[in-house]
Amino acid sequence: MASFIQLLVSGLATGAIYALIAIGFTLLWQTSQTINFAQGEFVMLPAFFVLAAMNVGAPYWLAALIGIALSVVVLGVLFKAVIVDPMMRHGVLPLVITTIALSLFLKESVKDFYSSQAQPFPAPVAPRDLHFLGAVVSLQSVVVLAVAVLTVVALHLLLNKTRLGRCMQATAQNPTVARILGIPVGRMVLYTFLINGALVAIASLLISPIYLAKFTNGEALGMAAFIAAIIGGFNQVRGAILGGLILGVLDNLSAAYLSSQYRGAFPLVILIAVILFRPQGLLGRVEERAV
Amino acid sequence: MLRTGLLVSLVAAGIGLAGTAHAQQKTVYMPAILELSGAGAVSGTNFRDGMLMAIDEINKAGGILGHKIETPVLDTQSDAGTSRAQLQKVLDNNPYVVFGPVFSGSVLVTQLMTLKAEIPEIVGGEAAAITQKNNAYVFRTSFGQQFSMPKIANYIHDSIKAKSVAVVWVNNDFGKGGRDNFTKEMKDRGINIAADISTEVGQADFSADVVKLKGANADAVFVYLNEEESARFLKEAKKQGIKAPLIGETTLLGQKVIDLAGGAAEGVQGHVGLTVDAPIKAVQDFAAKFKQRFNYVCDHNGIKGYTGVYFVKYVTEKIGKFDSKAFAEKAHGITITPKDEPGILMEAMWDKNGDIDRESFLGEVVDGKQKIVKTLPMLSKK
Repeated sequence: MASFIQLLVSGLATGAIYALIAIGFTLLWQTSQTINFAQGEFVMLPAFFVLAAMNVGAPYWLAALIGIALSVVVLGVLFKAVIVDPMMRHGVLPLVITTIALSLFLKESVKDFYSSQAQPFPAPVAPRDLHFLGAVVSLQSVVVLAVAVLTVVALHLLLNKTRLGRCMQATAQNPTVARILGIPVGRMVLYTFLINGALVAIASLLISPIYLAKFTNGEALGMAAFIAAIIGGFNQVRGAILGGLILGVLDNLSAAYLSSQYRGAFPLVILIAVILFRPQGLLGRVEERAV
Repeated sequence: MLRTGLLVSLVAAGIGLAGTAHAQQKTVYMPAILELSGAGAVSGTNFRDGMLMAIDEINKAGGILGHKIETPVLDTQSDAGTSRAQLQKVLDNNPYVVFGPVFSGSVLVTQLMTLKAEIPEIVGGEAAAITQKNNAYVFRTSFGQQFSMPKIANYIHDSIKAKSVAVVWVNNDFGKGGRDNFTKEMKDRGINIAADISTEVGQADFSADVVKLKGANADAVFVYLNEEESARFLKEAKKQGIKAPLIGETTLLGQKVIDLAGGAAEGVQGHVGLTVDAPIKAVQDFAAKFKQRFNYVCDHNGIKGYTGVYFVKYVTEKIGKFDSKAFAEKAHGITITPKDEPGILMEAMWDKNGDIDRESFLGEVVDGKQKIVKTLPMLSKK
């Protein structure tokens, strides 16, 4: 039982990070039909913003704020203005290819400017273990889970309980009608990019103490979050959350109780099953193509 | 007429100058294909920087047989298929020797091509299979697993006196080869394998693996992972209170792992094939120069790259010409001592398969540093 609790908490913490990243996938898809294959690198990059700020003498909390602010500007505003807007006119596929190129560019740039070596990254809390029903759970995992849950709750409140959030949802559901109703659609789309910039920065701050800051971190994270978004439903934020948590927990439990050698295959089996039997994802809604 | 004559003279002079310059810049083409990006970038970058140091030193001293070394470095992206493509590019330019790759999976692919082209390949890979294919053109720069695993096995049997052992390994060519050799050595010594746990490259969460490990209740745990994964594993093992001794081979005791794992690496023990902490002045001087030039602490791959270039220099000077076939013939069975060639740092011998033999070390992590506790002799001198 103790082992199970340990695995569950650890899996939920990892899954919560996947969920934060997967939410970004769904937000961008819903508002602008952008599939961002650089999303994993978007999580890798803010950690280096923070390390760079700390290298010039900023304390951790200030460096973290600088990291979030830079992410919002670079990975939100600049990404939309320089990459998405010009490429979007040419359709989804050219944009997808451009984001793949962007992921390579970000990865190699970080390697060249910062080094290929993994860097230790400060944790928001001192390393301490909590003992619960015989299980040893790291305080770091609990904090990761708590911050991720708080972030998701805040996002949920923003989207559902505020006028701004409802305008963003209206834009996602039908931009033409939203425009007729006087909603500034362009600005709403921009806001989703800013939110994505903030989400990936928070995910980066949470995951980097565990993963260590390294230029290749985005590969695994981006893939896991993409699978999570598809499993949960690419057009639903709550689907992305569910997909992330399922993936995190499944990874740990399957490695411990089924086979560690095939742990990488289990999420893919679930993915195939979802695509075959519920292609819109566990919580997604069916979308019909106009053409 | 005068103008024409002047022009001809100038052209002739130009050709003459170019010819002189060309004569002064005789070069030997020794390209490298290394993991400069992707999962193996740390290893490849260290190997490259070690090579660059040696090449600069040799070129400054006049080169090899009066030829400056020309070494373009091509990126394999840590991928076997790309390694093959990059090797084909350099083979088209008739290299004298080729350096790299470091990843065993890539070496296993490229060595078939260098064998066919009869070009010596100086590799960083450690998988046992590399030198078990009757390839006369592949030469290691560090121990193969068939050399390092018996040393680890003896240590676990004689010093730890373990009756059962758990193995945690990374699921790639390097990890699988190490695991296979290690389990064979354990069985030969009557030590039971209590758990056999495979992990993934880039794995971040080791809680499930450590839970399995705890259930196995082994007398010792052998950890055979890459650097970052080693650090993450050590943190999780400490968190879950693993009491059995954690034993590793070179990587687990590396300074980078110690730094990344923080206090969790304390007490880790094992065998170290190559280390900048070796109690050898030449190695320590090399490490200091490396740190000064590249501003980071060199790992064992840096030593591989550095000594690999000096190995080529020494053998070439012995045969007195740039002849790839003659190089391969001469290099088998050769012994190089630091007295013969200071750049080799430690006495080394290459056997008929291209495997290297040199002294190695038993180490332990004490107060956040790797401490060498014993120097093991060369296998051929036992």
